Amino acid sequence: MIVLRLALLSLRNRWLTALLTVSAIAISIALLLGVEKVRMGARQSFADTISGTDLIVGARSGSLNLLLYSVFRIGNATNNISWASYQDLAARPDVAWSVPLSLGDSHRGFRVLGTTPEYFRHYKFRQSQALTFSAGQPFADLFDAVIGADVAAALGYKLGDRVIIAHGLGSVSFLEHDDKPFRIAGILVKTGTPVDRTVHVSLEAIEAIHVDWQSGARIPGQSVTAEDVRRMDLTPKAITAVLIGLKSKLATFRLQRAINEYRPEPLTAILPGAALQELWALVATAETALTAVSAMVVITAFLGMVTMILTTLNERRREMAILRSVGARPRTVLGLLMAEAGVLTIAGIALGIVLLYAALMLLQPFVDAAYGLHLPVAPPRPGEWVTLGIIVLAGTMAGLLPALRAYRLSLADGMTVRT
Amino acid sequence: MLAERAPLIRSNDVRLESPAAGSLAAQRAAIVSMAQVRFAWAGRVAFSLGIETFALALGERLLLIGPSGSGKSTFLGLLCGINAPRSGHIEILGTDITALSASARDGFRAEHFGIIFQMFNLLPYASVMDNVLLPLSFAPRRRARARAAGSAEKDAARLLIGLGLEGSFSARAAELSVGQQQRVAAARALIGAPELIVADEPTSALDRDHQYAFLELLFQRASEAGSTLIMVSHDVSLAPRFDRVLALDAVAVARYGAGA
Repeated sequence: MIVLRLALLSLRNRWLTALLTVSAIAISIALLLGVEKVRMGARQSFADTISGTDLIVGARSGSLNLLLYSVFRIGNATNNISWASYQDLAARPDVAWSVPLSLGDSHRGFRVLGTTPEYFRHYKFRQSQALTFSAGQPFADLFDAVIGADVAAALGYKLGDRVIIAHGLGSVSFLEHDDKPFRIAGILVKTGTPVDRTVHVSLEAIEAIHVDWQSGARIPGQSVTAEDVRRMDLTPKAITAVLIGLKSKLATFRLQRAINEYRPEPLTAILPGAALQELWALVATAETALTAVSAMVVITAFLGMVTMILTTLNERRREMAILRSVGARPRTVLGLLMAEAGVLTIAGIALGIVLLYAALMLLQPFVDAAYGLHLPVAPPRPGEWVTLGIIVLAGTMAGLLPALRAYRLSLADGMTVRT
Repeated sequence: MLAERAPLIRSNDVRLESPAAGSLAAQRAAIVSMAQVRFAWAGRVAFSLGIETFALALGERLLLIGPSGSGKSTFLGLLCGINAPRSGHIEILGTDITALSASARDGFRAEHFGIIFQMFNLLPYASVMDNVLLPLSFAPRRRARARAAGSAEKDAARLLIGLGLEGSFSARAAELSVGQQQRVAAARALIGAPELIVADEPTSALDRDHQYAFLELLFQRASEAGSTLIMVSHDVSLAPRFDRVLALDAVAVARYGAGA
């Protein structure tokens, strides 16, 4: 169709303004889709972090707080659980397995998790995937450590290296358990979860390095050597949290209630999925705000496009008079301008998608490493295509404004060019 | 000064003086006839135009002399079906176009009219060939006629060569001289052999030599295509080349202001 070709030629004739308009639309589209990608990536990352655990138990606190510090290593525990309570809990008939967690120390900015070898069997992520070792095995010796993939990559550790654990969570600590170095016994395969940034040691090791400490500092004059400590009773006095797997899901709520009403000690039990829902509800407002802002940017880009087409209308009255003289109907002129807006929008979307995926591929490793956020380079989901379809429609409709003006002009001008 | 009444009879008189009129003598059928046409436009300046009678014979070459402000644009708008009159009849090729809808008139114009303006006739960014082929996308019968020569492009090339424009088919229209542009406009008006060629001061942007050369070419190609030609100009010196000359103000009475 020659008319459509002429519309494209006309656009090419104004290529600079057209290109700027397309770029503005492209950036707004990349932003809109990018926000959605980050949003979905963040949700997926969080949801993928824990799987197969039925209940998480910690000291009495908010369920979100418990979830964040026990699974995501964000924030700190308000209190501990006594070892006696843990043993009581683990012995309940509904409980299939339980993994105690003890947090509070760090190694060069990475958190140290004290746990049992059971952790490597029962902790599951991303649809029940188990942890696997890229080298070594679970800790066997008291001073063995298993490190996550990011720890190994960031610090360049390999099997057999000796590491020193610092007291507290700062990345630079002056209080170090330097008298009791650990040996790297295993390195885990990357999971895309906080496990990658964790140093795992046994619960007994956590106890051992604190044996001669009190209230966060070494007891002066009392030093227990690494050899002596092996002969001591290293049963933990307290832990931070417990992951629990049940024999039957049906028991979940019954046990949760029982734990929440546990007499000897105030405890909280949460369902990971339910706590995540709480998290989404919390961040939903921020997500909506982000989406609203990017929608505003799309609208701004459309305003730019409408302005661009409107400003060219006057100099294009000749073009329209010529089209009218060869028999074009005013509605052909209307259609032509709407088609122009549609073409600009589609070009903008296409360029925007290219921009977005180029940025994704470029930034993905960086974002993954820096924020632990895995952004999948996957084609847009059906919902996003629907959004894009609506945007094409909206862009074409935005073209209605200049198109109607052109329609009126060409009705008034007829074949006469008034300049 | 010039004819006011019974233009058909008058046209016979003029034709006697015209050397090119012989072959048309047998054809007297009116291709255009207007009667009691009233047009009024209530814009910022009220304006009205009245045409008692006007007729144009098939194959005729008519020159309408009119200065600006004489309602020239409105007259051409009525003739070409851009404007619709308040009352009266405009019959073209046996069709009363006042009875047609606006979009049917647009289609009618596409099929039966070739129009040349004073200047700025072409889409500057499109090629010469695209400009010539443009009307065919709105006029299926003209397209079919142009394709009878093999392809529309072939027919366009034939017309362009006939107008002395060989070798510049793919050039952008904006790159041509004004004279060349007017010849491209002529080719666009002629393609698909429409029954009526309407030219609105097509030569005013050209110098005298080029004016005559352009008219000569236009007449030749129009008679080859069997098209009737109506031209509007303020230049009386072109009169001897036409079958008939009319003063526009004798055909159409324009009124401005509140009384319009």
